[in-house]
Amino acid sequence: MPSHILLKDGEIHDRATDMRGPGEILATDGVISKIGPPGSVVPPGDGSENLTVLSLKGLLIFPGFIDMHVHLRTPGQEHKEDPETGLSAALAGGITSVLAMPNTIPPVDNACVVESLVHKGEKLRKARLLVSCALTRNREGRELNEYDEMREAGAVAATDDGSWVRDSSVMRMAIDYAHTCGLAALSHPEDTSLSGKGVVNEGRISARLGLAGIPREAEEIAIYRDISLSGLSGKPLHLCHLSTAEGVALVERAKNAGIPVTAETAPHYLFLTEAEVAGYDTNAKMNPPLRTPRDVLALREGIRKGTIDVIASDHAPHGVLDKEREFADASFGIIGLETIAALSFELFRELGLPLDLLSEVLHANPARVLKRPVGLAPGNPADITVIDPEKEWTYRVAEGRSKSRNSPFDGRTFTGKAVMTIVDGEVREDSR
Amino acid sequence: MSEGKTGLPGVPPADLPKDLIDLDGLSERQITTVLDTAMAFREVSEREIKKVPTLRGKLAVLLFHENSTRTRLSFEIAAKRLSADTLAISASGSSMSKGETLLDTAKNILAMRPDALVVRHSASGVPKFLGDRLPCPVLNAGDGAHAHPTQALLDLLTLRIHKGRIRDLDVAVVGDIAHSRVARSDMVGLRKMGAKVRVAGPPSMLVPGLEEEYGVKVYDRIEPAVEGADAVIMLRVQLERQKGSLFPSSREYARVYGMNLERLKLLAPDGVILHPGPVNQGVEMTPEVFESGRSLILRQVTNGVAVRMALLYLMVESPEGPPPEPRQSR
Repeated sequence: MPSHILLKDGEIHDRATDMRGPGEILATDGVISKIGPPGSVVPPGDGSENLTVLSLKGLLIFPGFIDMHVHLRTPGQEHKEDPETGLSAALAGGITSVLAMPNTIPPVDNACVVESLVHKGEKLRKARLLVSCALTRNREGRELNEYDEMREAGAVAATDDGSWVRDSSVMRMAIDYAHTCGLAALSHPEDTSLSGKGVVNEGRISARLGLAGIPREAEEIAIYRDISLSGLSGKPLHLCHLSTAEGVALVERAKNAGIPVTAETAPHYLFLTEAEVAGYDTNAKMNPPLRTPRDVLALREGIRKGTIDVIASDHAPHGVLDKEREFADASFGIIGLETIAALSFELFRELGLPLDLLSEVLHANPARVLKRPVGLAPGNPADITVIDPEKEWTYRVAEGRSKSRNSPFDGRTFTGKAVMTIVDGEVREDSR
Repeated sequence: MSEGKTGLPGVPPADLPKDLIDLDGLSERQITTVLDTAMAFREVSEREIKKVPTLRGKLAVLLFHENSTRTRLSFEIAAKRLSADTLAISASGSSMSKGETLLDTAKNILAMRPDALVVRHSASGVPKFLGDRLPCPVLNAGDGAHAHPTQALLDLLTLRIHKGRIRDLDVAVVGDIAHSRVARSDMVGLRKMGAKVRVAGPPSMLVPGLEEEYGVKVYDRIEPAVEGADAVIMLRVQLERQKGSLFPSSREYARVYGMNLERLKLLAPDGVILHPGPVNQGVEMTPEVFESGRSLILRQVTNGVAVRMALLYLMVESPEGPPPEPRQSR
């Protein structure tokens, strides 16, 4: 017997299906079957079938948010995170799909590891686990991996995230071959010969605190090289975690020239600056580092204009001993699965941006990059995020679901919260 | 000695913060009190019996994660002249070299219940880290490239003694400004006390924004920086970490940035030379400069003990100090 779920009385924001306002969605056996204005969606009717009706009055319905930059630390560093805690944190934060980064120990560079991750994700039935594999063997930047076999095992993207592929010929081949095999190619733009041992943005704060700086140019040089290679091959390339104003300008110029690059930034680059590091707070230590107010403004403008395609959390869990230590030796990164949706929503409200653009940066653009179904169109998996725009809440990292506690947003109060997360037509999170 | 923490005639209580991490957090008045107190303790070091009972029964732990003979000795002598017990822990031969984490170190020190912790560490920010986690005063004896507040205070004391004042002095700091904790603390301290500060070094040893950040004048040659200066602080070149990337060779450095008798003539007629030590003879300055009557380098060492005595005295809770805060019963 088919099983139906009907979402009514809510407000739909999905640019991909051109829905911007009150509407209804029917999902049947995990797949969207109908979408339309209020009253237009009638469940198939002999009354005998299994039908759940959810009234979402005052709530906003989005196509399921995809966080395409997440470190699940599995295999190898399960003390920091594992698929169960990570995907559960995702559900709590309104994220329906997570792209797991392959810089694990050992790295995800063969079909066996890909398969085991895909299998774990399916078994857990939490947020959907999408797997990215490494671009190069052992993430060393020298030889390509067997992309086709890994794609067949379930991988959707390839990246050496955490390291830049320094050899331009290798990267050129990687972009080409990943495309041939149907994988999205992602780059971590950082010229490490320039960033060196830096731990914070090079500038006033690094000088004041006596910490080694990372010049913004380390990122910009790499972005320029990556854009050039995407132009050379004519194949798409996705640039991860942009943090500088010039980076945004480079991407804008590339897009105007018709080069098929896409770009991503993270909520912390949209809200925080290097000033957070004062007092040696290691929860403000990330790579790339937090920059300056000028960069924050440029990244925000990039979101508004569509130059930045994607907001992703760069969820980077670390244990207490990785963070509570000498600043120079502390690990880079913060967790973000449970705050990305709320921070993005807050940003959009603050900037007065239309909510159907939010559906682009948190759903449609990541879906396009990863070649996943786009929007709430009939036939697509019923992955849905519901936001209560007026709900006030305070993020308490100690009560979070991630195994790790490294967040600079602990104690922040939000207006607006993801209150329901639906994956494959199943309500997997409901805190209305 | 019960009215206020100095007990010295005419010296107001310092009300120093719990920890001495850098000089950014101290006011001109607080720095003045430290210097005044140090002047009083200089006298103790001249006595036949160089010891006062002020901190009897108190334990000062000296945690030295980085080699430093003179700063450690200076603190140790200061603590002993105040009758405190001292315990020096160095990185080699301690559990720190066995992979003990900083958090472990903090917890273990806490369990020893010291009355003061003096810390020298190769990583910037460690004194702050420990200060945030320990109830006792933490004194930064130099952390990474961040700060070396006691060095700056002894430089200030030396200038005050030999120049009679600090305000409106023209002071030049020459060398690796970018990677020097001494330079950073000197710039902050000198500016707070009203001196005019110029800095000079090769571009690879300067960082952008020094002018706005510290209110100093920046030069990439030594001559204009030291011209007419009342004092020049020559920074130590970290030969061990240069490896040809910041300047071609120590020979070239000495040629372009070193102090010699010729350049000494550029200073004000009674201009003096300071150096945090140890001096690379023939690099930062020629032996003739070091031996000249214009060099105050060994006076700095003497003054260092006095400044550290003053700080321990002002910061460590003692029976002779103001009554302790009411405590929770055990």
